[in-house]
Amino acid sequence: MKFMLMMHAPRGTGDYKVNEWSPEDFKAHIGFMHELNRGLMAEGVWVDAQGLAAPGEARLVRAGRDGAPVTDGPFPEAKEFLAGFWIVEVDSPERACEIAARASAAPGPGGAPLNMPIEVRQVMSAPPTDG
Amino acid sequence: MTADTLDPAVARLLRELAPQVLGAVARRHGDFDAAEDAVQEALVAAALQWPAQGIPQNPRGWLYHVALRRITDHLRSEMARRRREDAVATQVWAEWAFVPPPEVEIGAEGDDTLKLLFMCCHPALTPASAIALTLRAVGGLTTAEIASAFLVPEATMAQRISRAKASIKSSGVPFTMPAGAERAERLGAVLHVLYLVFNEGYASSSGPRLQRTDLSNEAIRLARTLHDLLPEDGEVAGLLALMLLTDARRAARTGPAGELIPLDEQDRALWDPALIAEGVALVSDALSRGSVGAYQLQAAIAAVHDEAARAEDTDWPQILALYGVLERMSDNPMVSLNRAIAAAMVHGAQAGLKALEALDEDGRLRGHYRLDAVRGHLHERLGDAERAIAHYRAAAERTASIPERDYLTLKAARLAAGRRVAPAGTPAP
Repeated sequence: MKFMLMMHAPRGTGDYKVNEWSPEDFKAHIGFMHELNRGLMAEGVWVDAQGLAAPGEARLVRAGRDGAPVTDGPFPEAKEFLAGFWIVEVDSPERACEIAARASAAPGPGGAPLNMPIEVRQVMSAPPTDG
Repeated sequence: MTADTLDPAVARLLRELAPQVLGAVARRHGDFDAAEDAVQEALVAAALQWPAQGIPQNPRGWLYHVALRRITDHLRSEMARRRREDAVATQVWAEWAFVPPPEVEIGAEGDDTLKLLFMCCHPALTPASAIALTLRAVGGLTTAEIASAFLVPEATMAQRISRAKASIKSSGVPFTMPAGAERAERLGAVLHVLYLVFNEGYASSSGPRLQRTDLSNEAIRLARTLHDLLPEDGEVAGLLALMLLTDARRAARTGPAGELIPLDEQDRALWDPALIAEGVALVSDALSRGSVGAYQLQAAIAAVHDEAARAEDTDWPQILALYGVLERMSDNPMVSLNRAIAAAMVHGAQAGLKALEALDEDGRLRGHYRLDAVRGHLHERLGDAERAIAHYRAAAERTASIPERDYLTLKAARLAAGRRVAPAGTPAP
């Protein structure tokens, strides 16, 4: 079964204040994420992982009456945004949660775990085959 | 069967022969799409049979024979279906009934590879389609390999390739060598496609997707083939040299955590001296013959960087002069941006900032993260940590590359940390 693990992060000036981290702490954080991805690949559970660009230019789009895009945004006030996601293929929801917990504990200032919230959602599948 | 599980010697041979055989089949058959399918089938047959039975005496003839067999088999069943309806078609059939035996030598293979490249990089195709088609038809990569390199599902890539083939068919591009001005223009398109393939691999060589570096290797291989076919062309030599001189720094370009290491901080002992020597020789030879072009100039700039034993030994006045020539030739704001960096290295950071003002007026780079990143560097050199941090952070917010974002964030973090320990007003080192 596949799961999407969504990492919601506050902006650089928000709760985690990434902009105030020391270079060493920031480096350790990057190294951790790198190793996490490498580990997921080695375990054979990694399907995809993407980081999303900063939300500075994010827009909400709806089709107007004539089908043309109607956009709203950007939203400079937004405090939380989807920073990135993993898709993993594992045997059980428990296993997906374990991986999410690993990602959540990524190190922050002084190497202390950030314990970021990671949303875990199952990816819906094609209909089961007959027989 | 993929290249991963195949004996490397056989895989290499097949990829070298693929465009030659496809060129020959397309020349004889005329229908590029059918020729391409038939050659793919012949390659699969070879990949299955050769490792067990040994490589045939004349591998190119063998593939040509098998590919033509596939086409005639296909035609035969088509004929059987149509015979009742269309007697005239028998004539076509007669022409195709003869398939040369595998021993027969097929000639003019170099020319065919070139025609094939020109066809795959036709300006009627979008760059994404031209890249996919070139890698498949000329590079001999499977659709699955190309899809994995570009991180898209295989079905998406298969569709992209088949649409590209359909565009070629409907545009009626003949399988011939264009002449005169059109030839030069088409060669320019071929070089651009190879350059894009190289960059796609090079710019993303960090992170968990290391297979993407294969794209750079593939681009180099194709550029080598092109250079063998057109040894007199300065821009072909220039592009190959540029790729080699850039690729030579690959090992030094990223740190253990995949972080980006800028040119002036790289461990130059990790640079590949053989690639540098080859690139320098290529570009020197091209320039000594009096030809000047954008790829040769970029290669010359890369050569100046690569020849400096230490960052501080870099011959910046020469780089500035080369960017000056390039700027007059290309009207590309990115070139102007790089020239501003060179100007800063020669005449000081203030001169660099001054040069950037023209780019604000130009407007084409408005809001581009590189503009902020360069301003960050220049303010840092001037000791203005406050401004430098602001520009680095703005650049980090805008870039779409993860290693680049991390690098810029780290630059800002280092300055901020230095500012916290240093007494107010102390200039950055």
